[in-house]
Amino acid sequence: MESSIKNTNLFQAWLVLLLATVFGTTLAGVQTKLGPVIEANKINETMEKIPTLTLGEAQAEKMTEQGNALVIEPRLIEISKNGIKKFYTVYDAYYKDGTRAGFVAKASGQGYADKIELLLGLDADASTITGLFILDQKETPGLGNKVIEKHWRDQFLNQSSDKGLVVVKGKSEGSHEIGAVSGATISSKSVTGIVNRTIADIKHQLILPPVSENDKIKENK
Amino acid sequence: MADQPTAFERFVQGILPENPVYRQLLGLCPTLAVSNGMKPALTMACSVAFVLLCANVVTSLIRNLLKPHLRIVVFTLTIATFVTIADRFLAAYLFQMSKTLGPYIPLIIVNCLIICRCEVCASKQSVFTAASDALGQALGFGLALSSIATVREIFGTGMFFGIRLLPSAWPDWVIMVLPPGAFITLGLLLGLVNWIGIVKSRRSVND
Repeated sequence: MESSIKNTNLFQAWLVLLLATVFGTTLAGVQTKLGPVIEANKINETMEKIPTLTLGEAQAEKMTEQGNALVIEPRLIEISKNGIKKFYTVYDAYYKDGTRAGFVAKASGQGYADKIELLLGLDADASTITGLFILDQKETPGLGNKVIEKHWRDQFLNQSSDKGLVVVKGKSEGSHEIGAVSGATISSKSVTGIVNRTIADIKHQLILPPVSENDKIKENK
Repeated sequence: MADQPTAFERFVQGILPENPVYRQLLGLCPTLAVSNGMKPALTMACSVAFVLLCANVVTSLIRNLLKPHLRIVVFTLTIATFVTIADRFLAAYLFQMSKTLGPYIPLIIVNCLIICRCEVCASKQSVFTAASDALGQALGFGLALSSIATVREIFGTGMFFGIRLLPSAWPDWVIMVLPPGAFITLGLLLGLVNWIGIVKSRRSVND
């Protein structure tokens, strides 16, 4: 009887099961401790990028030099599509005098390897893309992860938001075209897809923000 | 186990005689991928050192409980845990570096250097020996990584640790910081190490 218990797979694996439990608990502890710090790092990075994404690099640097900063207010936009509710975090960027500088929306979607998280900058009337920044990705190193490079992302600059962008192989010609990273068409399409979807989802909500008490006060000023 | 090397021998062997990169050709993925600058190379070397030390110590502590057919699972479990800790730690306190290294920190899990040391040394020898083996191998790995990174960063960007070393007239050899530069540098340095080894052994024969 005793030997038959000892021969079961479950008994043989007792060390593996024990270690898995101990390690799992340790990792949960580490995540509880470090998770908030990592989140704070991500939010800091987002906040730092917003001026560049709405105003462009040169303008943003100029503003920092002059000691001016944008006023950034985050809000949550709720979308219901096919009965599924989706949320977007949008940062409204205002100049000091209260005029709108632009919007930055945080969006994510499936990439080739894992979730891609990005920031999309739009101008004050949400008609033109003013910036794109990839916050998090795990695409193939050397191929797909080239989507984080500036010269690829810069293709999105000044594209109008009235029509979806299309990924083309090779160099993009004309407007609404994004040249795919060679060898990484899926990653390129993923990023472009996230951008298109985000614009389609929230564009109308950006220009006509839900009028709340706070907004009314701002408009009266 | 009379024929097993002592703790001191393990430590020394790891640095040059059994250098993980130049002698055993293990752990080449991070060696090629993150050796385009000294800062990422050293961060990677430190992360590997941490994981290797912890994995070796834990494996050595439980070596008498290991079942032969389940040992690889236990090694992988142990390594994955410490790699995740290292990854989270970097993301929390060295955020930009963690982004630069990207997937290569999680990829330490499949770095065969660590599983090799668990198998060869830690699962057979005492905790002290396993720890000094880990330190020696980690030092050897660090040396190999920084030797490649030194060559690539200086020729590729004219800088060392991000500080300008060569005059600005230096035409940066961009290829050195790109993947081909990693293969070229590794190949040349590997050849150099082998050549030195051959010359040395010839001398000792002549003596």
